[in-house]
Amino acid sequence: MKTIYLAIHKYIESVGRAGVFLFQSLFRLPVRWDEAIRLYLKQIYSVGVLSLIIIMVSGAFIGMVLALQGYSILTSYGSESAVGQLLALTLLRELGPVVTGLLFAGRAGSALTAEIGLMKTTEQLSSYEMMGIDPLRRVIAPRLLAGVTCMPILAIIFSAVGIWAGMLVSVQWLGVDEGSFWSSMQQSVYFDTDIMNGVIKSLVFAIAVVWIAVYQGYVCQPTSEGIGRATTRTVVLGSLAILGLDFLLTAAMFGDF
Amino acid sequence: MKDAKANVLVGLFMLFGVVAFVYLAMQVSGLAFNEKSNGYTIQAHFDDIGGLTDRAKVTIAGVTVGRVESIEYDKQYYMAKVTMSIDSTVDNIPTDSAIAILTSGLIGEKYLGISIGAEEDVLKDGDEIYDTQSALVLENLIGQFLMSAGGDE
Repeated sequence: MKTIYLAIHKYIESVGRAGVFLFQSLFRLPVRWDEAIRLYLKQIYSVGVLSLIIIMVSGAFIGMVLALQGYSILTSYGSESAVGQLLALTLLRELGPVVTGLLFAGRAGSALTAEIGLMKTTEQLSSYEMMGIDPLRRVIAPRLLAGVTCMPILAIIFSAVGIWAGMLVSVQWLGVDEGSFWSSMQQSVYFDTDIMNGVIKSLVFAIAVVWIAVYQGYVCQPTSEGIGRATTRTVVLGSLAILGLDFLLTAAMFGDF
Repeated sequence: MKDAKANVLVGLFMLFGVVAFVYLAMQVSGLAFNEKSNGYTIQAHFDDIGGLTDRAKVTIAGVTVGRVESIEYDKQYYMAKVTMSIDSTVDNIPTDSAIAILTSGLIGEKYLGISIGAEEDVLKDGDEIYDTQSALVLENLIGQFLMSAGGDE
């Protein structure tokens, strides 16, 4: 009884600490704005630009696979022109935000955790504190903001590349009529319900993944084993959070019939 | 120097994101085409809309000329009131035209079809089409068939 109580208490405490951590790193305004913007751009480079290749390659392959699979089923009903509609809706609503989120957790989230964890282990964070520099403001805040900015952009690029690659497969290779491919897509895709909901989804996933990544790095055990465990936890918790949140968001956005 | 190169790549990354977004908006959702253009709205009352939804097509001779804007229950007449927006270039629909709820294919989506009348006057913003034909509901059809089959004996 006592141990259960203690476990619950410890869990609630860690959730609260993560919340305070997020609040503190976001709402402490930077002292020097030019320095803050420089740090932010540097993080966009390492979080966003460096993730671009894996996102584009995966987007292209997923688009091509969707086109092939969709074509093989739809052609038996004689409605292969609907492959454009299938491709665009699947990518924009679900696969774009979710797969980008999972790849982002694996590519950028783990790197963030390991970097901050190593900073903590080598006592760089406490040296900052000793110099009177707030590590939350200097190390955590730029990474949080850069991650939240980059992920929607990456998800949009993922969907666009996927649709383009799927178009190549279905029009150039499988011989679907190009006009009916685009018109079936344009008739069923709506800017506000499909594209914008996808962007909102990826924004929510970004907040969850980046928050988990920097927090795990910040509270990790300052040993080499601790960094490894924190990195694993980032990928596992981040992926689970994305899949769970995706169900909730889908139910809220597309659940009313 | 290295900083400046990274900034250029960040700028390219963001521009690439904007280009992809515009591509999705224009080419994939066809925003420029099914945007609420400066059309006019007309109304019609139906006994039964049978699964018609917002943003369903409104067609004349099979060509899409507008979209359903809203469907609400009209308490006064106990009927469904459908408001639709018609493209402003289609400005010569006679006032005695008929409108019917149709289905594309066997199990396809519901849409509206306007059959052109013979009147000289044309529909303007806020006008109503009075000659309406409700959706065919399978249960009612079976009921009518059974009634007529039973009447023979």
